Amino acid sequence: MTQLALVIDLNVCVGCQACVTSCKEWNTSGSAGPMVDQNPYGADPTGTFFNRVQTFEVGEFPNTETVHFPKSCLHCEDPPCVPVCPTGASYKRKEDGIVLVNYDKCIGCKYCSWACPYGARELDEQQQVMKKCTLCVDRIYDTSMAEADRKPSCVLACPTSARLFGDVHDPESAVSLAIRESGGYPLMPEWGTHPANHYLPRRKTRIKIHEDELERADNPLKVDRQLPRPATNEPTLDDFTTW
Amino acid sequence: MQAVKPSVPPLQEVKTTTCYMCACRCGIRVHLRDGVVRYIDGNPDHPLNKGVICAKGSSGIMKQYSPARLLKPLKRKAGADRGAGDFEEIEWEEAFATLAERLGKIRATDPKKFALFTGRDQMQALTGMFARQFGTPNYAAHGGFCSVNMAAGMIYTIGGSFWEFGGPDLDRAKLFVMIGTAEDHHSNPLKIALSKFKRDGGRFISINPVRTGYSAIADEWVPIRPGTDGALLLAIIHEIIATGLYDREFLVQYSNAGQLVNMAESNDEFGFFVRTEVPTEEACYEPQDKLWWDRNTDRAVVTHQKGADPYLLGEFTLSDGTPVKPAFQLLQERVSDYTPEWASQITGISAATIRQLAHEMGVTARDQKIELPIAWTDSWDNEHDTVTGNPVAFHAMRGLAAHSNGFQTIRALAILMSLLGTIDRPGGFRHKAPFPRPIPPCARTPNDPRAVQPNRPLDGMALGWPSDPDDLFVNDDGSPVRIDKAFSWEYPLSVHGLMHNAITNAWRGDPYKIDTLLIFMANMSWNSTMNTAEVRQMLNDKETEGPNTGEFKIPFLVVCDAFHSEMTAFADLILPDTTYLERHDVMSMLDRPISEFDGPVDSVRIPVVPVSGDCKPFQEVLIELGTRLKLPAFVTKEGERKFRDYPDFVVNWETEPGSGIGFLAGWRGKGGEKFLRGEPNPNQWEMYEKNNCVFHYELPKSYQYMRNWNKGYLEWSQRNRITRYAEPILIHIYSEVLQRFRGAAQGKGLTRKPPEHLRKRIDTYFDPLPFYYEPLEGQVTDRHKYPLAAVTQRPMAMYHSWDSQNAWLRQIHTHNYLYVNTRTARQQGIEDGDWIWVESQWGKVRCMARHSEAVEPGTVWTWNAIGKAAGAWNLTPDANESQKGFLLNHLISEELPAGGSARVSNSDPITGQAAWYDVRVRIYKVGAGETAVTSPQFAVMKPYPGMKTRSSILAFLGMKQK
Repeated sequence: MTQLALVIDLNVCVGCQACVTSCKEWNTSGSAGPMVDQNPYGADPTGTFFNRVQTFEVGEFPNTETVHFPKSCLHCEDPPCVPVCPTGASYKRKEDGIVLVNYDKCIGCKYCSWACPYGARELDEQQQVMKKCTLCVDRIYDTSMAEADRKPSCVLACPTSARLFGDVHDPESAVSLAIRESGGYPLMPEWGTHPANHYLPRRKTRIKIHEDELERADNPLKVDRQLPRPATNEPTLDDFTTW
Repeated sequence: MQAVKPSVPPLQEVKTTTCYMCACRCGIRVHLRDGVVRYIDGNPDHPLNKGVICAKGSSGIMKQYSPARLLKPLKRKAGADRGAGDFEEIEWEEAFATLAERLGKIRATDPKKFALFTGRDQMQALTGMFARQFGTPNYAAHGGFCSVNMAAGMIYTIGGSFWEFGGPDLDRAKLFVMIGTAEDHHSNPLKIALSKFKRDGGRFISINPVRTGYSAIADEWVPIRPGTDGALLLAIIHEIIATGLYDREFLVQYSNAGQLVNMAESNDEFGFFVRTEVPTEEACYEPQDKLWWDRNTDRAVVTHQKGADPYLLGEFTLSDGTPVKPAFQLLQERVSDYTPEWASQITGISAATIRQLAHEMGVTARDQKIELPIAWTDSWDNEHDTVTGNPVAFHAMRGLAAHSNGFQTIRALAILMSLLGTIDRPGGFRHKAPFPRPIPPCARTPNDPRAVQPNRPLDGMALGWPSDPDDLFVNDDGSPVRIDKAFSWEYPLSVHGLMHNAITNAWRGDPYKIDTLLIFMANMSWNSTMNTAEVRQMLNDKETEGPNTGEFKIPFLVVCDAFHSEMTAFADLILPDTTYLERHDVMSMLDRPISEFDGPVDSVRIPVVPVSGDCKPFQEVLIELGTRLKLPAFVTKEGERKFRDYPDFVVNWETEPGSGIGFLAGWRGKGGEKFLRGEPNPNQWEMYEKNNCVFHYELPKSYQYMRNWNKGYLEWSQRNRITRYAEPILIHIYSEVLQRFRGAAQGKGLTRKPPEHLRKRIDTYFDPLPFYYEPLEGQVTDRHKYPLAAVTQRPMAMYHSWDSQNAWLRQIHTHNYLYVNTRTARQQGIEDGDWIWVESQWGKVRCMARHSEAVEPGTVWTWNAIGKAAGAWNLTPDANESQKGFLLNHLISEELPAGGSARVSNSDPITGQAAWYDVRVRIYKVGAGETAVTSPQFAVMKPYPGMKTRSSILAFLGMKQK
């Protein structure tokens, strides 16, 4: 069974917010739109976003890590938002595992957003329906688009290609490989939601310099007669001892 | 698989053009539905961004349809104050007639009384030409207050620089060191490369007072105190030389490290390279007439002689008794006291870390060499079977540049990169066409005030690259010719001008008064100015004595902008510009193209939607004005209009009749069969349009590296008129250009001499070898009273002041905080989110503090240009940008005291680079009961006639309603 998902590589995410606005741009006028903005030009503007990047610090100076953390619906394999929905508006597609909301059935009761431990759902204050990431379901199967374009907008936009998209149930897929080989992990597994989206952790590259690498046989200072060597006129035993 | 039926009408049309949400210039595809922009994504077939797009690029829709757009030409109502924003709509004909009459009179009398300064520097091919044709020397783009130190410091050393000029080859590098980098520039290519580099196992070190953005994913973050990068780099050079980790062979062949410098102090030639008697042509390149001391024969020989190998260290005596030393010996002496322990005290970085940095760089460069199987021939006819790379790459930008010691700091960086043998080699630094240039590049300003004549074009370029004091653009008494005092003894190498002093100087009448100031796309009454409140006053000040009493001190102010910026409020005449989606543009080889490491690239913008309202692209304004003023380039001999419009100009204009060189390099020749040089092609635009709006010429592999000394490349470049000479471009470890100025200050030689009051300044700062000095503002600041450095950073999702009107981007950065190290804040009793005062010796700002562990304890910082004046950019007066957002600019002065009543620009004494990041501050909690609003506040800006009203709810192109 297919389970489409995003795998987000925190090792290369620089927090540029490209995924945030490309998502907004595609979806506000796409089938999941509009994504309404209230007070767009006034105080405390607030709008619907399916995807947001949170930035936080870990550790104390100078051992600080600054983490950029993109967050959207994780398309859980066992989504708590689905069973709580009184109208059946919130549902998980069997064929690809995408969790969607049917706006025609949604009554805006917010049960699903209370049930979601990840805070991934946003109520459209104007339309009073719940909205969330669709994995750009209106792109990925659209055969009028070139094959390379049939990916979520955020994945195509990401300048560091930190967002991988594919079937996490297919062990040969790029996303499965990344999870397996780069330590991919789900968020808050203790909730038993089995999120389909995974994150890849930071990895550090270090260089070990051995002491003998600084002592060189081919030291260019030697060529220029400048290897540290005391001058012949400096005091030595020769000045004091006759033997 | 069940497909979700798209419930929205399909995209009907896709057009390609070039983004302009920042200066990065990515290729984009604009998808339209019923003629409205529905979606913008990255063009996968574009060499720069390869299909990706950033947060700004995707938000272009919100710029296009922003209610902050200016849609009608406007003139200030008679009697209204500048800044009050009282305008009336006029037609373009009135605007043109007004301008043509006023500028015509100026041109016929004293052309320098017209000044043109532009916020953008990627349109200089046209704006610079217009100014020159007009005959005014008073022209510059924003480089002087942006990053001119980065351009000048590196171009005067290696003949190229970062960003548009060159960059780190992360494809091949093993170690990448990023120091002081802004995150809004060249962002997508850098992000693409950085990610690939990390995934390929490269090691990434970030040296920065703050850990945000790119630094967040660094393998190691090295926090440094602002303005001390020079000390760090010099200590690394010290360690590299002391351990012998430099690339001797590279330095010998490709730099002036082995060249002998005259050490006879009493001699006029002291400090200059010793030359052979061979007479050479007077030209813009360096003749190969210097000497080495040959190890094999133990005597002086002409450099690069077959079989010779110079000593890099030691001291020698020529047969005529002249004592000489190789330049490298002088460098070693210079850095002998710059020990890691010394630098540790200044930078706050431990000596062990400084050594570790030097060792990682040196050992990686030496032991992980790359040999590419590419044969090439050097300028001395030595044939090489391979291209060698030492895979250590650097990137640096404004963090180094925006200090008054930035030029020498960046010289130190370029020298370090050269010691490691990384210049235009795989895995190191690589040039982008038309770089490398000779050191310095050949363009010169006039050097005589008589170059400015009524009704005549300027006899020379308005901006250039001085190589000695005789190139300065000064009057006979040594005083500046230009309004910004660029190319004068105050800032001799100010190759990008000093836009940041233009208004103050014009207001004060020092060096003289002007009549008309035309500002294009620069927010000089807000974030683009160092002393915002004072500049706003200056723009509104009137003469109180003399014949012009009651007139504005700057009599006529014209602003061209697409948006309701703070600056427009001060204009007498507003010219509404188009957006980037509505215009033709060129990213020209005559300016700053988007070239790649592998060869020249230029690109265009082609309109994808019709012009809104009565907007007009600034280029069309200049073509029309040039035609009305009958500037020679724009009219026939009979004085008739030569170009229908800007696209016509781009196709048909040539640098000189028949030169075959024009704004665009691609598809030249009658049928589009030529490139770089060829007759005008009437179908050139169509050919760009068919080819993703981009022309990319890939050089043969053997011409892609070592281009400073690559005979094949240099001759190719010469044949294609990219450069006049094919002489090798040796790296200036030792800068004779700087020595020429210092020599003049010491009274030596036949060149012009500086005025007495600047003699010491020139002598001190024009050191031919890099040195560290405390930034100038620090030297006149009570460090005890103002213990903290204050700097700004650029968020990746906002470009300068430009995007606050953008409904989506402003939700990401609605207001800014002052980030303070948690312990520093607590020492002052400041908790996270507290309102505080930030005070410098020049001014104070009230804002909110945010604790951070990702900032060095002696530094506070904020995002640049998020704060806005109330009502500006057509935001509501209570918008967060003005009520909680703030500018650090209020704390920064554009001038420093220079003894007595004299004042000097708060800039690098060599290049005039605005020293934004030198300011010192203190912070303290606000008093009880103080209002929770940022300070200072200004009168609310109102919308202008012709602007759209802003909506309170935005459901952009929402198709599916419940």
